Amino acid sequence: MICTTAECREIEPDALEATCADLLKNGGRMQMAWGHIPCGESNPVLCYLASPGVRQRFVVWRVRTDGATVPSLAQQTPLLGWHEREISDLFGVCFKGHPEPQPLVLHAGAQPVCPPLDPHYPAEPMRFAHEPPALPTVSGSDVQLLPFGPVRADVVESARFFFFYIGEHILHYHPQLFFKHRGMEKRFEGGNAQHAVILAERVSGVGSVAHALAYCQAVEAAAGVSPPVRALRLRVLLAELERLYNHLHFLGHLADTTTLKVGQAEGRLLEERAKQINGHLTGSRFLRGLLVPGGLRRDLSPTSGFTHQIGALQREVARYVRALEDTTSYRDRLHNTGVLDQRTAFDQGATGPVERASGLDRDLRRDHPYAAYADVDLRVPVETAGDAYARARVRVEEIDASFETILRLLPRLAKPGDVRTEVVLPSGAEGLGWTESPRGSLYYAVHCDADGRLARVKIKSPSFSNWRVFPRTVHGSNMMDYAINEASFGLTIAGCDR
Amino acid sequence: MWTWFGLKQGSATTAWPRTGGDDGQAGVLGMPRFDPLHCQSGCRECAEICPTGALTAASAGAEPPIQIDYGRCVVCQLCTEVCPTDALQTSGDWMFAVRQRDDLRWQRAIDAPAGQRLKQCLGALRRSLHIRHVDAGSCNGCESELQALNNPFYNLHRLGIFFTPSPRFADLLLVTGSVTVPMREPLLNTYEAMPEPRLVMANGTCAVSGGIAGGGYNTGHGLDEWLPVDLYLPGCPPSPAAIIEGLLILLERLPQRVKGGQLEC
Repeated sequence: MICTTAECREIEPDALEATCADLLKNGGRMQMAWGHIPCGESNPVLCYLASPGVRQRFVVWRVRTDGATVPSLAQQTPLLGWHEREISDLFGVCFKGHPEPQPLVLHAGAQPVCPPLDPHYPAEPMRFAHEPPALPTVSGSDVQLLPFGPVRADVVESARFFFFYIGEHILHYHPQLFFKHRGMEKRFEGGNAQHAVILAERVSGVGSVAHALAYCQAVEAAAGVSPPVRALRLRVLLAELERLYNHLHFLGHLADTTTLKVGQAEGRLLEERAKQINGHLTGSRFLRGLLVPGGLRRDLSPTSGFTHQIGALQREVARYVRALEDTTSYRDRLHNTGVLDQRTAFDQGATGPVERASGLDRDLRRDHPYAAYADVDLRVPVETAGDAYARARVRVEEIDASFETILRLLPRLAKPGDVRTEVVLPSGAEGLGWTESPRGSLYYAVHCDADGRLARVKIKSPSFSNWRVFPRTVHGSNMMDYAINEASFGLTIAGCDR
Repeated sequence: MWTWFGLKQGSATTAWPRTGGDDGQAGVLGMPRFDPLHCQSGCRECAEICPTGALTAASAGAEPPIQIDYGRCVVCQLCTEVCPTDALQTSGDWMFAVRQRDDLRWQRAIDAPAGQRLKQCLGALRRSLHIRHVDAGSCNGCESELQALNNPFYNLHRLGIFFTPSPRFADLLLVTGSVTVPMREPLLNTYEAMPEPRLVMANGTCAVSGGIAGGGYNTGHGLDEWLPVDLYLPGCPPSPAAIIEGLLILLERLPQRVKGGQLEC
């Protein structure tokens, strides 16, 4: 029924593999898969989001499991591998023929009383007895294993990485994520759709706008309403401001990993300037507290002072980027580091600047426009080398494009106006929303119960996709490049773990 | 070239918290301020909308009719939007660090000045403090602000406060997140590895009370379920300036300003 934003097809489990093969043959790509248990039923229904072509309408395949095993699509389209493993962990669904059937989200030693996303799961933390994770076997003389984390050096998010290595050479890299799994999707259940945007803003702090916006658009699709034009334009402003401070953080962090200390300090300072501009404009350095299904919670009036600040920041950033480009020690460390080829990027589900740096020309803002992006002449930079330098180049170009977009938008935001439409969710409504976050494609699927309250909210974050891809650029690389390569992917862990 | 680039930029560091310094938080909204005179009995609008239970209806006939726990507040400002009488209003009160959890609960009468309790172990730590940060299940908003502490604007080093990679050298364990089930053991191991005297700080509303994610199938209700907490700093996330102020309060280099859920002016 997710029909306002995507086409919906019922598919028999037996026909799943053939349907998927057909999609892939015609150049399509899967986007995500999720489960939900409809009201009054006990077996989960599986939903698959398919993209038949770059700018073609999304299609949702709906598969009734009736408690039986479902054929795994991970052999055909590897990017679904993690999605299926997550559904197994959280809904107890078995996938036949999965190439990596281990748990993903729940660690070894987790003892849930029933699948956690079953509506009857009690509101208490599950029992847990620490067990070592299942690791691949890497054997040979002189092979050493380095476990790193989950508490790692510096102020970073928690995750554990295993390196199988000989000397400087990394043979195999295995990240263990989901230490931070908070069960955020479960927190939405039973909630009021208007107020639950507060939750969406707190799934990934540095993606507050992208998450809240995708959520709001999913609810609006379910209710069949569109916010006032002014709200749509202000949403673009907020989304681009978020991209700015995230990409500036990226440049500072990347300079840090190449031991360019002044370059790091300057990048961090520019990020701070951007955050202070955010705080001054919206009351929140993370641009929180404005988005709501139906529009915005209050109007924003960017002043001429704001335009001036953005212009000044743009000039400083341009100078900074030129200085980075002129630094051979910096460029040398990025070229040919962590190369991701186009085929792997496509098959494994790379998204955002990572896929655009590997030659995949995709951007949801342009291909499936939302908010006021259809009226914005958006430039989408693409690189083909697939290395850390290409990933940095794409982001540098995107910073430029964001400044352009913001400055072009501002004259159209001069007059205050209506920014909120009423949203009433019909019984059993469903909706799909998406944004191109600074890190890539972000989807929210919303299912309501008979009273129009939230029954199930699925979040597909860009880092969930890119964390799956990242190890493929680490195997066979060397230790000295690891930090640079990781920084060049720009991953978050909270967004992935949820 | 970069040396020249840096020198040309000059100093970007604020003088704050010395008087006249810029705290960098112009326009940032903090905890909603409560005015009991305007609060209507029988009205439960704020308690019904609050997503974390920071606002709860008091028992019938009690004054004021709502109870406020700023340790649960995620600064979402929904209450300030629904309050029909402006008893709850937006404010710039983002500096909310306290030593006692109870000081985050709103009270009418403040019986004593804000806590100045001296800790015996502090003597050695006042001038230099080494922090080990542990992310126990945050949304990464707190990490983003903690990383900002070392940018040239806040330049935490100037205050003699440093982040350290090893818990063996750490004086303070600074924790973010509601403490997810798989992070319990790594968190406690980190604490065990620290030499005494050791301090513990709950950074952000999730660490103080569980926040928006607390009480789920894989989350707890905050840090003090597991460790003795010396400083509570609610905020979602606390801004870098709020974190600096909290650290200085912990070291008794600044007085605590919040008592009974109210900011002393």
